[in-house]
Amino acid sequence: MLSVRNISRSFGTRRVVDDVSFDVGRGRLTGFVGGNGAGKTTTMRMILGVLRPDSGTITLDGAPVGQDALRGFGYMPEERGLYPKMEIAEQLAYLARLHGIDKVTAMQRTDDLLERLGLIERRRDKLESLSLGNQQRVQVAAALVHDPDVLIMDEPFSGLDPMAVDEVVTVIAEHAARGVPVLFSSHQLEVVERLCDDLVIIADGKVRAAGEREALREQYSEARWSLETSTDVGWVRNVPGVDVEELAGTTVLFGAEPDAADLVLRAAVERGTVSSFRPIRPSLGEIFRDIVGNAPANDANANANANANASENEKQTEKQKGAAVR
Amino acid sequence: MSSTHRETLSTWGATLLVAEREILSQVRAKAFIISTAITLALVIGGIILSSVLGGRTTEATPVAVVGSVPAAVLASDALDITDVGDRAEADALVRSGEVDAAIVPDDSAIGYALIALDEVPEGVSAALSVSPEVQLLEASDTPSGLRTLIGLAFGIVFMIAVLGSGATIMQNTVQEKQSRVVEILLAAVPARALLAGKILGNSVIGVGTAGAIAAAAALGLAVTGQTEMLDLLSAPLIWFVVFFIFGFVLVASVFAAGAALVSRQEDTGAVMTPAMMLVMIPYFGVVFFGDHPTIMTILSYIPFSAPVAMPVRLFFGEAEWWEPLISLALLVVAAAAVMLVASKIYTNSLLRMGSRVTLREALTAS
Repeated sequence: MLSVRNISRSFGTRRVVDDVSFDVGRGRLTGFVGGNGAGKTTTMRMILGVLRPDSGTITLDGAPVGQDALRGFGYMPEERGLYPKMEIAEQLAYLARLHGIDKVTAMQRTDDLLERLGLIERRRDKLESLSLGNQQRVQVAAALVHDPDVLIMDEPFSGLDPMAVDEVVTVIAEHAARGVPVLFSSHQLEVVERLCDDLVIIADGKVRAAGEREALREQYSEARWSLETSTDVGWVRNVPGVDVEELAGTTVLFGAEPDAADLVLRAAVERGTVSSFRPIRPSLGEIFRDIVGNAPANDANANANANANASENEKQTEKQKGAAVR
Repeated sequence: MSSTHRETLSTWGATLLVAEREILSQVRAKAFIISTAITLALVIGGIILSSVLGGRTTEATPVAVVGSVPAAVLASDALDITDVGDRAEADALVRSGEVDAAIVPDDSAIGYALIALDEVPEGVSAALSVSPEVQLLEASDTPSGLRTLIGLAFGIVFMIAVLGSGATIMQNTVQEKQSRVVEILLAAVPARALLAGKILGNSVIGVGTAGAIAAAAALGLAVTGQTEMLDLLSAPLIWFVVFFIFGFVLVASVFAAGAALVSRQEDTGAVMTPAMMLVMIPYFGVVFFGDHPTIMTILSYIPFSAPVAMPVRLFFGEAEWWEPLISLALLVVAAAAVMLVASKIYTNSLLRMGSRVTLREALTAS
């Protein structure tokens, strides 16, 4: 298990990551969710040892993560980048060797990965001659080529076409199934929702919520229900303790405590055939907006500043991406 | 779990890997191959051509001869002999420049001596089968023409090699930042290994190229039979090579650290210029103050100018045997110190994107 405990990091006077703690279990896909400038990339860079935390510890199976352990980490940075003028097989093998893999194994694993990603015919091509989508595939391969013990991926799906997203999802899930702790961040909440087992939600450098996805959904679900029967459901309005939100013919969406909901269900069964009755769990997007929207009031000013900076950073990043592509 | 065997890669191992990539990627580049081939061809061709042209236009060296010098000691066609009556007349001709030297009888074992103005004309001593005693009329202790020439030669070799590689180091470092590959590299190996590998790789290329040029020059000289030039240069040349290697590492570190401060190729000018000044100012110092002993002594101890100034002083036999050792020690210490500082700058600014990182920020950030 990869454990992050109380790590903080400031740039100048701005505290970008503030006392962040969470776990990434073996065999668990952990989604790392937060807005721009929330501190995701900084946190990941600290896990990778690329940035030093001002305080706090990072351990893998209880042992502090040092240079040797880090060599077993696979990293896909948000800022994509490889050598544009180097042949793709050569540079993947080079990266594998930098992670301590011997030359022969490095070349073999490179070919295996390129084969899987459908790029084996392009192995002697320079990276810059590939399409952007294929360059992204090579970037994914760069994170996996040394058969990592821990996988950290910062926005692995951005810039990928839907087919490539599926390929990457498959590869990530495979690694997780082999017992590799996988942490990935994404803006695409639907993908995170579909994919991850655990969630860490971060805003303004602080962890707002962390835990199993379903547990979180339950925790943040308000008591809402949906009912669909064979008859008109207008009568639901008159059940005490029920707050109807939407009503259309034979379906109704309402808020109610479980006792009141039971009453509704019983009445519905008496009146006709119930085809569906279920609690409404909030989507990840809703939870996210809920949590991030409810930031403590005394942080309000800081948030405004952080957001301003974040959008500034974002612009900067966009510019650099442009530059890198050029 | 993971099945792939992963070895523990030391910082040195990582350094070697980085150096290997650096060397391979450059040596394979067409531009590098072509420019090196052209340089080597120019050096060899230049030496051979100058020798052929020089040989064709050689005229007999005019000398004045007093009295009877045994005809057998004179190679007849190399010297253009003017017979003069006495020593005073010969002196006058030498001073006026009408003749390059005068051969006058004396009471030495070989029976004659050579008189020249301020240096021994090579053609004359080469034409005589024995070496007579030489008397210089206006002995000067600084043959300044030769001094400037040697300073220029050492300086140009050093400057071209260093500036060429410095620009490459800078370009490659910025390119790694600009293409963002540096973040993946840093996640795998420490920044100091990246820096050291870059310096090592480029130093091997730079020193190797300079070595190839030197070998080509030696080959050219040997082919044209000018081997005496080689004998003349040998000891200072070895010192020059030693100083060159450490001086190279010193300058390479400066360039790498400077490059880490910027993130776009367009911005390299701002850090390139000061780094180039550090290389060029000492070089011009050696060329312009070549015949100023005090300044030369100082320059031969300043690490940035020592690689050129110390070999020049050694060439003219002006330095004690221990002087190059001290100067070299200073150079090594300076190179190590700059590498340490460079490593700190590198670590602190490699991930900084956007605007240029100021030197102070790079040195203070943790």
